[in-house]
Amino acid sequence: MTPRRILSFEEVDWNVKENVVLEMRNIYKSFPGVRALQGVDFTLRKGEIHALMGENGAGKSTLIKVLTGVYGKDEGEIHLDGCQGAAVIHSPQDAQNLGISTVYQEITLCPNLSVAENMFIGRTKGMGQSWKKVNADTDKILKSLDIPAKPTQQLESCSIAVQQMIAIARAVDMECKVLILDEPTSSLDEQEVEKLFGLMRNLREKGVGIIFVTHFLDQVYEVCDRITVMRDGQLVGEYAIKDLPRVQLVSKMLGKELDDMSDIKDEQQEYVKEAGVPPVLEAEGLVSDAGIKPFDFHIDKGEVNGFTGLLGSGRSECVRAIFGADRVTGGTVKMKGKPVKINKPLDAMKNGVAYLPEDRKMDGIVGDLSVRDNIILAQQVLRGFFRPFSKAEANKIADEYIKLLSIKTASADTPIKSLSGGNQQKVILARWLFTHPDYLILDEPTRGIDVGTKVDIQKLVLKLASEGMSVTFISSELDEMLRTCSRLVVMRDRQMVGELTQEDLNQNKVMSTIAGGDEQS
Amino acid sequence: MKKDSILMRIVRNQCFIPLIALLLLVVFNLVADPGFFKITLADNSAGNPVLSGFLVTILDSGSELAILAIGMTLVTAASGGQDISVGAAVAIAGSVLLRVLCGSNSRPETLQAPIIVAFLVSCLVAMLFGAFNGVLVAYFNIQPMIATLILYTAGRSIAAWVNNNELPVISEPSFKYFGEFIPGIPIPTPFFIAVACMIIIALVLRFTNLRLYTEAVGINQSSARLNGLNPAMIKVLSFVILGVCVAVVGLIKVSRISTINYSVIAKDIEMDAILAVALGGNALSGGKFNMAASVIGAYVIQFLTTTLYKFHVQSDALPAYKAVVVIVLVVVSAPKVREWFSGLTRRSMKKEVA
Amino acid sequence: MQKKKISLKDLTDTNLLLTITIVVFFLMYIGAILFQGGGFTKPQTFFNLLNANAALVILSCGLSLVMITGGIDISVGGVTALISMCCAVYLDFHGGNVFTSLLIALGIGLAFGIFQGALVAYLDIQPFIVTLAGMFFARGLTTIVNTKPFNVANKAFTDLKMTRVIVPGMGAPNRRGVYVDAYVELGVVVAILVVVAMFVLLRWTKLGRSFYAVGGNAQSALMLGINVKRTRFISHVLCGLLAGIGGYVYFLHVGSGSAAHATGAEMDAIASSIIGGTMLTGGVGNIVGTFFGVLSLGTIQNIVSSAGLDEAWWSGITRAVMLCLFLVIQSVVMARKKKA
Repeated sequence: MTPRRILSFEEVDWNVKENVVLEMRNIYKSFPGVRALQGVDFTLRKGEIHALMGENGAGKSTLIKVLTGVYGKDEGEIHLDGCQGAAVIHSPQDAQNLGISTVYQEITLCPNLSVAENMFIGRTKGMGQSWKKVNADTDKILKSLDIPAKPTQQLESCSIAVQQMIAIARAVDMECKVLILDEPTSSLDEQEVEKLFGLMRNLREKGVGIIFVTHFLDQVYEVCDRITVMRDGQLVGEYAIKDLPRVQLVSKMLGKELDDMSDIKDEQQEYVKEAGVPPVLEAEGLVSDAGIKPFDFHIDKGEVNGFTGLLGSGRSECVRAIFGADRVTGGTVKMKGKPVKINKPLDAMKNGVAYLPEDRKMDGIVGDLSVRDNIILAQQVLRGFFRPFSKAEANKIADEYIKLLSIKTASADTPIKSLSGGNQQKVILARWLFTHPDYLILDEPTRGIDVGTKVDIQKLVLKLASEGMSVTFISSELDEMLRTCSRLVVMRDRQMVGELTQEDLNQNKVMSTIAGGDEQS
Repeated sequence: MKKDSILMRIVRNQCFIPLIALLLLVVFNLVADPGFFKITLADNSAGNPVLSGFLVTILDSGSELAILAIGMTLVTAASGGQDISVGAAVAIAGSVLLRVLCGSNSRPETLQAPIIVAFLVSCLVAMLFGAFNGVLVAYFNIQPMIATLILYTAGRSIAAWVNNNELPVISEPSFKYFGEFIPGIPIPTPFFIAVACMIIIALVLRFTNLRLYTEAVGINQSSARLNGLNPAMIKVLSFVILGVCVAVVGLIKVSRISTINYSVIAKDIEMDAILAVALGGNALSGGKFNMAASVIGAYVIQFLTTTLYKFHVQSDALPAYKAVVVIVLVVVSAPKVREWFSGLTRRSMKKEVA
Repeated sequence: MQKKKISLKDLTDTNLLLTITIVVFFLMYIGAILFQGGGFTKPQTFFNLLNANAALVILSCGLSLVMITGGIDISVGGVTALISMCCAVYLDFHGGNVFTSLLIALGIGLAFGIFQGALVAYLDIQPFIVTLAGMFFARGLTTIVNTKPFNVANKAFTDLKMTRVIVPGMGAPNRRGVYVDAYVELGVVVAILVVVAMFVLLRWTKLGRSFYAVGGNAQSALMLGINVKRTRFISHVLCGLLAGIGGYVYFLHVGSGSAAHATGAEMDAIASSIIGGTMLTGGVGNIVGTFFGVLSLGTIQNIVSSAGLDEAWWSGITRAVMLCLFLVIQSVVMARKKKA
C-alpha cells in the first residue's frame, strides 16, 4: 500500500469548504484480527442529510463510534466547523460537547429513570437537578414532537418505539451541529418513520448536518441528499443522490454487478399443494400470554408462507406461540394430523419445529461460545444430556455447515460474537438446519444484515422449500416476502386479519389489507 | 513468528496465571527457606507411618478447597454469581452427619448408624439447601450472592440447632479415616477424596453436556431457552452439585476432629473457594469456565495460606496478607492490565525488530 | 389510603419498593406493640433502637450508594473494626486527642474507598472480589494493630461517648414515677444528618442521578455522556467515607477496640439496603428505604429477644428469614409489575 500524504490543517483551504461542518480524514482503526477502517474519508456539509451505506461489516458503525468517541482511532484526523485544529474526541461526552449528537441502533437510554431525566441527564450544567424545570422543558419538547409520553413516566414503561423517539428528541434538543442517526427506524412503524423524517427535514432547514445510517433503501431515497458508500472498511465513494440510482448503489455496496435480485424471481414457483397430505402444522385458537388474540394457522409441506403487518402487530408473537417461546394459554396444535402439546421450545423442537428468533443478539447467539458450539447447540439439546457429540464429530459438523452456508469465520473455534451480523445469522441458521426440521420459522432473518447475505438467505429458503421443508418467513421488507412467500398472513393490532395468496400477492393488496382498507377474512 | 504465537498461546491459557502464582510462591519459599519442601515419614498418634511436612499440609487442606472449587465453578458459570453460604452449609452438613451418627446421645460408645448412611443423609440435606439457594436464584431471579446471604446468615445457627447446640464427639477410630489417614497409607485421605471428585467431574464433563448447557445458560439465558434448555433447572442443578461438594467437605472437616465447632468450622472457606475460581481466570460473571484452572487455583490459595502460617503469621492476621496477594493477582489478571502489558511487549518487540 | 388510587404501574420501581418497606416496618412495630406490649410503647425503646443501630444506618447508606450504582462493597464491617481498633490504640496508647482520632477514622475509610474504587472503576475488576480482599485486609490488619480487645479509658473520649441528646417531650415516667427524659446518643444525630445529606444527594444532584443512570444501564449512561468510571469511583469513595463516619460512630457507641467488632456488619448493611428496596442489579433504591430497612432489622431482633427466644441461633435465623421474605417480595412484585 502506498502511504497517502495527509494534508496538514493549515493546508486545507477552508474557504472552499465553508459549508463543511464535519470532515474526517484518513481514519484507521483496527481490532485484534480485524482492520475495521482503512483510511476512510468522510465529509458532511451544513443542512444536508447524508446517508452512510454499506454492507454489514463495512465499517459504518465503527466509523460512527470513532466519531462519537466510543472507540479511539488509530490514525487520522477529525475536523469540525468552528474548531481550531483537529478535534479531540476521547469520549461520548467530548463528542456531545463539540455538538455531535447520536441516536444509536440499540436504545441507549436508562430504563430505570424517568423520561425527563433521560432527556437531560449528562448535559445539564451545575451540581443540582431541578425537577420542575426538567419536567416542564421535557413536556414542551415531547408535545412539540408529538411523542406520547409523560415526563415523569419511567422510561421502561414506554413502548420501544416511544423510547426510540425520546432518544431522538434528546439528540435533537441538544442544539447539535451534527446529528447521527444509526439505524433509528428499525423499531419504528410507518407513521413514526414519517414523523421522524419530518423532523429530519426540519433540522436540515436549520442547517444541521445529519448522518443517516440505514438498511432501508426506500428511506435513503426519500430523505437523503447525498450518499457515502463503504465496503470492507474502505471508502467506495461519495455521491449526490440523483447521480446514483438504486441498482448502482446496491452494486457499489456489494462490489459487484447485481443481478441476483432478478434471479430469485425466476426461481419462485407456484406452490401446488399435494392432495390428501395433512398440513405439517395446524393450529386452532392458539393464544399465548404475550397479548395476541387467538388465531388459526396451518402450513403445508414444502410451503413458504409469511406473517406480515406493522411492527407490534403481533406477527412475532404468533410464531413465538407456535414454538412455545411464550407461555401458551389456549388452543390446539396438530402436526401432520396428530395432536401435540407444545408448552416450551423443547416440545416444539422435538416435533420438528425450528425457530430463528427476531432479536439475534438477545435471543439468537450465545456470544462467548465458539461458532462450533453455537451450531451444534440445538441438536445437542435434542439429543439429551447424556449424549454429547465427540470433539471430532462436532468439528466435522461445524466445518460442513461453515462450508455449506459459506460462513466467514477465522475458524470453528472463533467466538460467534466476533463475527459480523450476517455471518452470525448464518450460524444460527446452520444451528436450526442441523436439527433437520420439518418446519422452519424465520423471524426477521434479514434484519440488520448486508444485502448479499439477505439474498443468500432468500435463495436458501426457496431451496429448502423445494426440498420439502415448510418455512414461515417474516420480514419487515415487503418485497422480500413477496419474492419468497406463496401465502401471506396479515396481522393488525395483534389479530389475524387476512390471508393473501396468488394474484393477491402484490404490494398494493398487502398494504391495503394491513391498513384495513377492505376486510375480507 | 511461530515461537511468538506459541508463547502467546501459553500466556493466554487460563491455567497460566494460577501456575505463575504457584511458581512465584515456590520460588519465594525456595529462597526464604528450602526446609519448606521437606517431607518426613513418621508415626502419627495412631501409630501409622505417615508423611508430614508443609507440602503434605497443602495437599491435605487444599483438597477441601479444591472440592468446593469444583462446585463453585459450576455455580459461577451457570448463574454468574457466587455462593457465599458454603461455609455455613458445611457446618450444617457436618452437624447433620454427627446427628445421624450419634442419634440422641451426644457421646455414643458405638455409632448409631453406618457412616455411609450418615453421609448420604447429610448429602441429601446439603443438596436440599443447595436447591433452596438454586430456587431463589433461578425462579425468583435473586442475585446469587444475595440469595445465598440468607443461608450464610442462618446456616451456622441451623447447624447448632440440629444438635441442640451440643457438641457430639465420635470415639469410633474408623471415622477419622476420612479426614486423616487410612492405616498403611502415608498420604492424607482428603487428597484421594479430592482426586476422586476431580475424576468424577472430569468424566461428567466428558460424557455429558453439562459444560455446553451450563455455559450456554451462563452466557445467554434467553437464547439458551429458545434452544430448548431450561435455564432455571440448569442453575438449580449447579447449586445441587455444589451441595454434594459441600457434603463431602463436611465429612472431611468433621472427620478431622471427630466433633464440630459450629462457629469455626469451614470459617471463611467460601471466600477461599471464590478466590480459587477467580484465580483460575474464570469470569465471575459467568459463562465459559475452566475446571482445571479452578482446582489449581484452590491449591495455590492453600499454598499461600500454608506459606503464611510457616512464617508464623497469626491465623487472625492471615487474611491481611492473603488480601494483598489476591489484589496483586486480580490486578495482574485484569483484562485491562493484560491488554496494557501486551501492548507494551508488542511495542518493545517492534523496537527490537527495527 | 391515597396509595390505593395509584396503580402499581405508575409508581417508579424505587417508590414502589420504598412503600412496601415502610408499610412493613410500621405493621411490624404496631404488631410488636399489640402482642408484646409494654416496652414497645415507650418512645425510649424506639430511641434505643436508633442508638444501637446508628452506625449501621450510616454504613447502610454507603452500601446503598454503591448498590444503586450497580456495585457492592463488603469491606465496611472490616473497616469499622479497623477504625475502632486504630482509634482505640491511638487514644489510649499514644495519648491522642479525640479530634485527631476522628480524622484517623475518616482517613482510613477514605483510603479504602479510594483504593477499592480505583480498582473497580478504572481497572474493571469485579467489585465483589476487590472489596472481599478489602474486608480480608481490614480484618487482618486489625489483629496486626492489636490482638487483644480493650476498653478505651481516654477521658475526653468517654465524655463524648456519654453525651446524650435529650429529645424534648418524648420522656416517660419510670417505675417509680419519676419523669425520665428520652435521649439519643450523638451517633444518632450524625446518622440522621447522613441520611438527610444522602437523600438530598441522590434526589437533587446530578451526581446522585448519575448513580441511578450508571446502575440502570452503564452502557447507556456512557452514551448519554455520563462519565461512568468516575461515577463508579465516586460511589466507592463516598461509601468509604461513610464507612469512616459509621466506623467512628460505632466506636463511639461501643467505646472499645476489638478484632471481633462489627462481625457481619457488611451483611447486615447489605440486608438493610435490600429490605429498604435497593436492588442489587443497580439503578433502584432509596436512602429513606435503607433507613427503614435498618430499623426493620433492629425491630425484628428486639421482638425475637423479648419473646424469650434468646438462644444465639434465633437471631441468625430470624434475620435470614426476614431477608428471604423481602427478597421474595421484591422479586414477585417486580415480576408482576413487568407483566402488568
